[in-house]
Amino acid sequence: MKNALQLNSLGTMAIRILFAAVAAFPILFMLISSLKPDQQIFGDMSSVAAFLPIGNISFDNYAAVFDRVPAARFLVNSIGISAVTVVLGIFINSLCAFALSRMQVRGKRVVFTAILATLIVPFQTLALPLVWWVNQLPYFELNGFSLEISKGWLDTYQVQIIPFIANAFSIYLYHQYFESIPKELDEAARIDGAGWFKIYRQVVMPLAGPATATVAILTFLPAWNSYLWPLMVVQSEELRPVMIGIQYFFQLNVSWGEVMAYASLITVPVVVLFIAFQRSFINSIASSGVKG
Amino acid sequence: MTTTQLPSPRRRSTASAPVRPPLNPHRRRPRYLREQISGWGMIAPAALLLLAFVFLPAILGFGLAFTNARLISPRPVEFVGVDNFARLFTDPTFWRALLNVSYFAVVVVPVQSALALAMALLINKKFRGVNFFRTVYFLPVVTSMVVVSLLWMFMYRKDGLINELLSNASFGLIHGPDWLNDPATAMPAIIALSIWQAAGFHMIIWLAGLQSISGELYEAAQLDGASRWHQFRYVTWPGLKHTRTLILVTITIQALGLFDQVSVMTQGGPLDSTTTIIYEAVRSGFKQQETSYASAISLVFFVLVLLISAVQRYLTREKD
Repeated sequence: MKNALQLNSLGTMAIRILFAAVAAFPILFMLISSLKPDQQIFGDMSSVAAFLPIGNISFDNYAAVFDRVPAARFLVNSIGISAVTVVLGIFINSLCAFALSRMQVRGKRVVFTAILATLIVPFQTLALPLVWWVNQLPYFELNGFSLEISKGWLDTYQVQIIPFIANAFSIYLYHQYFESIPKELDEAARIDGAGWFKIYRQVVMPLAGPATATVAILTFLPAWNSYLWPLMVVQSEELRPVMIGIQYFFQLNVSWGEVMAYASLITVPVVVLFIAFQRSFINSIASSGVKG
Repeated sequence: MTTTQLPSPRRRSTASAPVRPPLNPHRRRPRYLREQISGWGMIAPAALLLLAFVFLPAILGFGLAFTNARLISPRPVEFVGVDNFARLFTDPTFWRALLNVSYFAVVVVPVQSALALAMALLINKKFRGVNFFRTVYFLPVVTSMVVVSLLWMFMYRKDGLINELLSNASFGLIHGPDWLNDPATAMPAIIALSIWQAAGFHMIIWLAGLQSISGELYEAAQLDGASRWHQFRYVTWPGLKHTRTLILVTITIQALGLFDQVSVMTQGGPLDSTTTIIYEAVRSGFKQQETSYASAISLVFFVLVLLISAVQRYLTREKD
């Protein structure tokens, strides 16, 4: 009986490892190949050497990437765009969810239903009308001492940020989480003379850490990974994010070592960030967050 | 949702009016008004942004589909009726795109949800190293689809890693095709990498469902001598009812919106064997700047998504 149980759990562990190997091998292959010259990548492909940092290992591919692509500029752009989107997204969406969850606002039920309705509209269907629409929007620019108004948001930073700040899914996640925090806390704070914004900032938000971690990651990932949208609305090289850099490698006689180096360069920061927040993220989704 | 355990002060006035007369409106007014103003002030930023960047473009797209608008055009926008739709429904590329997306969805929806459930079951209970496995399983999701597509494009070459692995595993018997340049294998190749990338996300949703099933149910089942299969069949599976619907709808919408992989790897080729609805919309709207035609494609896509979600919700509804 005990042996059968041990065999069973050994088998389960073997399946776990098999799944882990399938999930990890392409990423491992990418990282290892980025350190090798092209000739060796192809030479190592038929053996386990493809996954081992052996042979002629160097950072030459990375140096070449910075020559071919304005990679530093792209990285700075993406970090800025993602950071601003995440910070503003956390603030605006949690504020909205707070009022919808904890305050007696007339008509909030209608507003909440309308917000949730946006979840069924896939972004791809909005993208093209949205391009036309942002091209009609006014744009204020401070030029010296005079305020200039020009038309069209195409080819700017804000066109990559502002449309993605408000997010129905983030509002939904915060709303779910706020519902689980006892409302007596608000009452107590109100008796102490606190205003609504103070309750939001000093009572409710400090308790909503796991929800904030989840919203931060779920906002950061699409912001960092966005490709279709900047492809359509940003032409200037100095405003482009990292994913567009991929286009610089779509040509004949591409060096695959350099491609793998660029791919690693734009993936590793996200992976590091994810591993740092991993515990609170997966656990918070798994324990409360997303429930049908 | 509609009946709360602790009725709020405003609701109480209707729910238990005979017990307590309504408060004097004059005494209540300042606090009530302040709550309304602060509340709307807090809701407004997010609501206005959603209005401007989701509702308006959606309505605009609906309208533009019936015009001849172009992204940059000297001519004024004119109403052209259903011309765009007439052109769309007689375009063989559109029907091919619809067929490709259906093929993709029919394979991806069941396979990906099953694999994601298997992964969730493997890491549901706590054991030594559970966090390691959870992280590794989720790693492909963190990697952008664009990077994943580029990486797999390299692995799918005739002399690439996939064919070398196949050849090694079969002792040199299998010589794989040039995956992405063969109309017969290009779509299956895209299907495989899509499942690889996205399964981890749906694993998390399954995991949320699994964690919400009470452990006492399993204890009771074990006392009754239920086998592992019976525990799954009679405790886990019914407990995942709501999660199943959510997974089904989200994977289907994601599958119908197939775009990034195609844009990076095949540009719809070879011979239109991988083109999709969204890819056609972007190609006409962005490359050819025909905003109106692209809006018509988007509208058809939206109606399709709505129809399929509605049918799925109807089929998985609670029967009583």
